Amino acid sequence: MESQDKKVSGPSYNAHDNLDKKERKLALNHKILMSVEKPARYIGGEVNAVMKDFSKVEVRFAMCFPDVYEIGMSHLGIQILYDMFNRREDIWCERVYSPWLDMDRVLREQNIPLFTLESQTPVREMDFLGITIQYEMCYTNILQILELSGIPLFSAERGEDCPIVIGGGPCVYNPEPVAEFFDLFYIGEGETVYYDLIDLYKKVRAAGDGRQAFLKQAAGIPGIYVPAFYEVEYQEDGTLKSMKPTDPCAPERVVKQLVVDMRDTFYPEKPVVPYLKATQDRVVLEIQRGCIRGCRFCQAGMVYRPVRERDLEDLKAYAVKILESTGHDEISLSSLSSSDYTHLKELVYFLIGRFGEKDVNISLPSLRIDAFSLDVMSRVQDVKKSSLTFAPEAGSQRMRDVINKGLTEEVILSGAAEAFRGGWNKVKLYFMLGLPTEREEDIEGIAALANEVARVYYETVPKEDRRGRVQVNSSTSFFIPKPFTPLQWASMFTKEEYLDKARTVNEAMKRQLNHKSLRYNWHEADVSVLEGVLARGDRRVSRVILEAYRRGCLFDSWSECFDNDKWMAAFCAAGVDPAFYNLRERSLDELLPWDFIDTGVTKEFLKREWKRAMEGAVTPNCRAACQGCGVRKFGGGVCFEDQD
Amino acid sequence: MKIRIKFKKTGIMRYIGHLDVMRYFQKANRRAGVDIAYSAGFSPHQLMSFASPLGLGLTSEGEYLDMEVHSSGSSVSMVKRMNEVMAEGMEVLAFIKLPDQAKAAMASVAAADYILVPERRLLEDLKETAEGFFSRESIPVWKKTKKSEKEVDIRPFIYEWRMEDEGLFVKLASGSADNLKPELLLEAWFGHMGKEYEPDCFLIHRLELYAREGGREEGRLLPLSAFGEEIL
Repeated sequence: MESQDKKVSGPSYNAHDNLDKKERKLALNHKILMSVEKPARYIGGEVNAVMKDFSKVEVRFAMCFPDVYEIGMSHLGIQILYDMFNRREDIWCERVYSPWLDMDRVLREQNIPLFTLESQTPVREMDFLGITIQYEMCYTNILQILELSGIPLFSAERGEDCPIVIGGGPCVYNPEPVAEFFDLFYIGEGETVYYDLIDLYKKVRAAGDGRQAFLKQAAGIPGIYVPAFYEVEYQEDGTLKSMKPTDPCAPERVVKQLVVDMRDTFYPEKPVVPYLKATQDRVVLEIQRGCIRGCRFCQAGMVYRPVRERDLEDLKAYAVKILESTGHDEISLSSLSSSDYTHLKELVYFLIGRFGEKDVNISLPSLRIDAFSLDVMSRVQDVKKSSLTFAPEAGSQRMRDVINKGLTEEVILSGAAEAFRGGWNKVKLYFMLGLPTEREEDIEGIAALANEVARVYYETVPKEDRRGRVQVNSSTSFFIPKPFTPLQWASMFTKEEYLDKARTVNEAMKRQLNHKSLRYNWHEADVSVLEGVLARGDRRVSRVILEAYRRGCLFDSWSECFDNDKWMAAFCAAGVDPAFYNLRERSLDELLPWDFIDTGVTKEFLKREWKRAMEGAVTPNCRAACQGCGVRKFGGGVCFEDQD
Repeated sequence: MKIRIKFKKTGIMRYIGHLDVMRYFQKANRRAGVDIAYSAGFSPHQLMSFASPLGLGLTSEGEYLDMEVHSSGSSVSMVKRMNEVMAEGMEVLAFIKLPDQAKAAMASVAAADYILVPERRLLEDLKETAEGFFSRESIPVWKKTKKSEKEVDIRPFIYEWRMEDEGLFVKLASGSADNLKPELLLEAWFGHMGKEYEPDCFLIHRLELYAREGGREEGRLLPLSAFGEEIL
């Protein structure tokens, strides 16, 4: 028989313990990996993952996205920093994600410390643990990462043998609710002062100094906030009285860091390609940062100012290189308000021309609906299946003026009409409920606008050309005021009030002439209430997060995991009242927990915008007329367009 | 042009499931610049099919996939190109051209070789009971199907067996007609020993996949790689 004389090879006994010398040693044995859902979340070894010899590096950095692997792997920011760190020979940056509930249980039961994916080393042995904080609902996951790593939850309790725990990402524009869990925060874009921070660490270590010495000097690096060096006092009514540095090393105000010239920075040309299907299983091309629009509810639109565009030729080159190095069959463009990117047409037509033949899908960001976007959409997607997306954000023109969302009903309807003529018959509309000054007619306006869109379809498309009914799907989320936005002073509502608002929309939908073409869904209200507290909370909120975590809250952004009762019990136990944070309009004079951060956008500008919001006055975008928001001081971006 | 690839999936790749391996090869083909053919339509996919999905947790040095390409370099150069873009634990062993009328790998698989390596503590018991177990005339097991459970005699599906130093070598029926998964065999063996089968106490490694020569029932079993030829 043919196999009789063949030398049989195979796995050795030892592979049961993963001790086989030929295989990379894994932190978990075969039985454990086979007992959990998707073991590929925990093994690393992906295409383009960076392996180094740990004995030849000086600084080891664990970069963490505190959510499950498939979500974390979809995040561009981590890929940028991973690439930036690993370019340096003396640093090895590895990744770590939140173990899913099944793995969480195993690690606790068997006392296995959380490990990095690349070298499968305990996180606790790293020099740094950097955690990107992308949304408030991941706060309990941060505690999970720390606890499973064997790192004390509070910065104050950490010793010399613990990694330095760093927080970054959009939520650090109000780091106070999680301030005590971190040794330092990096405020702003990671490409700017991370190398300085690492060099400082090496210098301090070489001098034989410890943690405290490092933190003191780190506090002197622009953009670095060390919470331990600030003292917070409260007034009798619970509002903030003062926040002062307690050490001369700490600045009064921490200035956001940003890349001034987007040509002078990093872009990961070989991003890690996961085996598991990540949420974003594609090449992501970041075309610009910031947004000119100035929507008053949008935190990203304020804190990422000023708009800085990437160079068209750079982007073309990145697209080619990254598609080659990853083998992805899809590329998407990423930015806020992509239609405002000056070279969008050239870039999109380049991608279609270059890759359309090669069976690469080009997935478009939400674009302003016009002749260009409809042309492009008809070329890259199946018109019959795809839907058109509009984000009017509010149902009435008055309300849209309050939030400075420039989109008018006329623009939406004419865009929809053009799209219907092009063959589309599905429309998605996004709205917010609970905006400041909102009245019944604004809420009902959501249904009225949806009805108008449907009406336009029946008016535009003759009966014989229709493929069934038009589908207009509207969805609403509840508005959550965020720090550093002109609406940061606004009051929120109770869960019951939110649900009433959603019911009002639902009832109004049913009354519309075209109600059979309309669908409506709304977000959970209790998550919004909680997110509101976490977004605008102060240091006292950290006790609530800890109590919630102790009660078992984890993966709160996953609806199947979110447990509102546990959170409410945590508020009680911590003696913190959600209403204090959510149900009052803050005075313009109030000292806000995040006022110590300088995002470039001045509080004066935000106040001016708040007042204009209350008057329903629209403010033009950055390119139309500079409003003097303050970010010009950074010396770049849209503030200096056509001025050199 | 029809191409058959033979590859190895070892080490940590055992934790990558079949669907993810398919996605892995779609990307690997692009990275390697394989001139693969696509289906038509708005979401075109690569024309590629695997001989026999390997279960999660198993390793193999005898995996096969067939694909349709517009053009190709020599077998040697294509193997090299693909291996330049492989991840840890994946290796392309052969890249051959199939005759146009060749039956697809998936439809032609008839048998598979495995080596089953138990945790060391189980080895002695297995060695002692092997002879008795495999010399049985019939080995009835309950096999679950989508609709019902039925009794099947798996003895005819065991074509060969022998104990090696580290574990058991078996050649088992595989494919759409007769099929015996090594896990089911192990379960029956544990039943024979009067023991409860513990999943994952074996490392299962596939060595080779076979098809019948000429596609005839009485044809010799030949490795799937024997059905094509080197591209020079």
